[in-house]
Amino acid sequence: MSGADAGLSSPALELPERLRLRYVKLGRVRFTSQRDLARLMERAMRRASLPLRRSSGFSPRPLLSFGLALPTGCSSRAEYLDLRLDGASTTTPGIRVVDSVQVDAASLDRLCALLSAMLPEGIDVTAAAALHGPEMSLQEAVASCDWELEVLGVGPAEAAGRVERLLGADAVMVTRERKGREVADDLRPSILSLRVADRPARVLDGLGEVVGLDASLSTRPRGVRPGELCRALGDQVTLLGACRTHQWMENEDRTVRAEPLSAAGVACVGLPARTEVLGG
Amino acid sequence: MTSVWDRVEPLLWHVEKPARYIGGEDGSYRDDKGDGAVRWLLAYPDTYEIGLPNQGLQILYGILNERDDAAAERTYAPWSDMEAAMRAASVPLFSVESTRPAGEFDVLAFNLSAELTYTNVLNMLDLAGIPLRTSERLAGDTIVLAGGHCTYNPEPLADFLDAIVLGDGEEVVGELNDVVSEWLATPAARRSRRDLHVALARTEGVYVPSLYTPRFEGGALVGYDVDEEAPATVDKRTVADLGEWPYPRAQLVPLTEVVHDRLNVEVFRGCTRGCRFCQAGMITRPVRERPKEQVLEMVRSGIERTGYDEVALTSLSTADFSGIGDVVAAITDPEEGCREVAVSLPSLRVDAFTVATAASIQQVRRTGLTFAPEGGTWRMRRVINKLISDEDLYAAVDAAFSQGWRRVKLYFLIGLPTERDEDVIAIARLAANCVERGRAHTSKASVTASVGGFVPKANTPFQWHEMDSPNELRRKVAMLRQEARATRGLEIRWHDPDATAAEGIVSRGDRRIGAVIERVWRDGGTFQEWSERFALDRWEAALSAEGLDLVSTALRAHAKDEVLPWSHLSAGLHPDFLWGDYESSLNAEGLEDCRWTPCYDCGACTTYGIEHVVAATSPPAGGSQGTGQGLDLSGPVTVALGTTRR
Repeated sequence: MSGADAGLSSPALELPERLRLRYVKLGRVRFTSQRDLARLMERAMRRASLPLRRSSGFSPRPLLSFGLALPTGCSSRAEYLDLRLDGASTTTPGIRVVDSVQVDAASLDRLCALLSAMLPEGIDVTAAAALHGPEMSLQEAVASCDWELEVLGVGPAEAAGRVERLLGADAVMVTRERKGREVADDLRPSILSLRVADRPARVLDGLGEVVGLDASLSTRPRGVRPGELCRALGDQVTLLGACRTHQWMENEDRTVRAEPLSAAGVACVGLPARTEVLGG
Repeated sequence: MTSVWDRVEPLLWHVEKPARYIGGEDGSYRDDKGDGAVRWLLAYPDTYEIGLPNQGLQILYGILNERDDAAAERTYAPWSDMEAAMRAASVPLFSVESTRPAGEFDVLAFNLSAELTYTNVLNMLDLAGIPLRTSERLAGDTIVLAGGHCTYNPEPLADFLDAIVLGDGEEVVGELNDVVSEWLATPAARRSRRDLHVALARTEGVYVPSLYTPRFEGGALVGYDVDEEAPATVDKRTVADLGEWPYPRAQLVPLTEVVHDRLNVEVFRGCTRGCRFCQAGMITRPVRERPKEQVLEMVRSGIERTGYDEVALTSLSTADFSGIGDVVAAITDPEEGCREVAVSLPSLRVDAFTVATAASIQQVRRTGLTFAPEGGTWRMRRVINKLISDEDLYAAVDAAFSQGWRRVKLYFLIGLPTERDEDVIAIARLAANCVERGRAHTSKASVTASVGGFVPKANTPFQWHEMDSPNELRRKVAMLRQEARATRGLEIRWHDPDATAAEGIVSRGDRRIGAVIERVWRDGGTFQEWSERFALDRWEAALSAEGLDLVSTALRAHAKDEVLPWSHLSAGLHPDFLWGDYESSLNAEGLEDCRWTPCYDCGACTTYGIEHVVAATSPPAGGSQGTGQGLDLSGPVTVALGTTRR
């Protein structure tokens, strides 16, 4: 039975043409890649019979636009996805595409439940909202991400010392291969904050003590991957786990920030106005 | 049983494609059965993305897990980076569902679909901590089984497998479960491996190598000493009615990309076109079609459940399915069919009708179309009984280019029996003519001719025939490339002749090859299907260390009365039929498809009291070969292009 048919007894889902979804990626499924995730989402949406709008051209693809890619292996409590539905599609019973002002919260809640049921264990859609008006893509809009990291290899005291040295450095240089050439980048401008977390310590059999770190990392001048940050903390430090807890959109002078879609289902499009005032 | 997830998880950060090791597929089974159930671990000896789609494994997975007294999980060969990490951290081979160690399962059952994966079988046994050789295993050790197409000559792996299943697994897997269940119920102190082997050998279609001791004289296999508890010959199992087995009911939908990443519905099993080189066609007879309504139901429910936007209708030659046009039309019907689903037909027949069917379903992405004429000349194709004339091929190619395709791929074999240089050169000429025909439709027309070296396989008419040495194959490839050089738009690709030779060793060899496989594996020779990991040197060194050589184990011809390594294993085909068909081939005599012509008693039906299950009472347009002509090239029948829906 397809997703939309499953709820024949309930009224038709009334959905806006443009939607933003917030979802989590937790547990084993975090070892799938961003590319895998896109395919999982497409399949779930087909199962839910969502009338996705498609690109034109030789090989039409559904118009899904994902935000910042989540590195393979990292989990997240705050991922986002924008999508467009085809208002002209009449092939889907149980789903009506309506003007965004007519969308009711109940339909959006049911959409979240429907998609979560179609998605693998560990991926759940936690909020949905209508998008309207011109807005930046998620990729452009997100200015920073908060992370909870777990590292192995050094104790909490040693980790704290290394964090302090890293934050005190003028530059944190890392090299990476790009188009066959070695490129050196300075990570320091992108590290907004970093500290040893005061989460309860745990010890893994044979692997030693797990140290928690909290990091806030800017997406500009370039994004920092949790793995890179760990390597920048020096020898012996290896990454055990990383969870993205927030993605933030900020106004230009970084005084105000907001999530692209709050857990309560409030969407923020374009630059935030007065959602949360930062310390500066 | 215990999960080793806590030890696996930290490794996953540091390996390529970690999603290979996490399971989580839609359709996967969560073990909730009690202590009494037999625990099966179904294994494919290659990477996850190659192994996951394997339909044989998925069919058994479904059947076993529906039983109250069985529970099945899966495992695949960890890629070298993961293997190294596992060995360094003392993590054993584990199941992807519950991350339980392989050695804690009652049964480890391998699917053998490609001979060059055999070194991976040994590597997986070793990673599992299961004693490599059957003779070293104790009562408490996991039982190691195998099935799949390669089992018609299992001798090279015989020392490592407790039992081997020949033929269709649907019915026998339940019988095996009963045997194992009963054996496990015996208190450990009183049960012996020997009792298990005898019980397994009493099951029809099950070959237990430990009960068959090969006898050698002067370096030649002269016979088998068969244990009194075992049958002299083991016959394959055949499911009479595919309609009774609509499996997999819940095809696994992986979290990460795999090969054939789409819904697969098997429309029939078996093939009687009688291509003499084709082991699959010989060992899976007779043809058993799935009822059309069941095919449609499996497609409909499968598409809804999985969310796939593509379905492949699989078989050895899907265009031969009775009423294939109706089935395709029903699936793609805009009102009654599945929404936005692409249908793919692997293994296209070489004729214009087939192209028309393909055109009706591939409305959007007409990138490439593949045909397999296999031989360069009509004479060659009569030798191998692939009865396609040059004109058939040209008609198909014309149809393809005229319908908007711009690239055509042609498959050929070289090293075929009676092959002369002119047959090889003809491959390039045939392909060049196809390019020229394409040019009439598009300036971008291109043709790729892929050539593979022929390996004569067990239980085919060519099983006695010699095979070309790697150098001879290289000479032919060079000749072909030289001939093709002048044609713009023609590309020649070829399979590594060294890999063909190794495939010959493991598919034609006798039990002495077991030690060779072990040496190659110990020397680091895993993933031999992967060209970057393959080197024939390893195999030749291993052969020579065992006092063997390439010629005597793989390349040489066998005499009619010689004991073949697989003489005691039968796919139902009478040896007289195979020999007669071999003689016909040497005279370039073709043989009709027996689906629509009188039976010539190959044995596949008569031995087991079964019949073809074919809905159509008449052959496809153009005679029993469906290609528009008879066996002698006289009176070709014109095949009209079907109307294509736009």
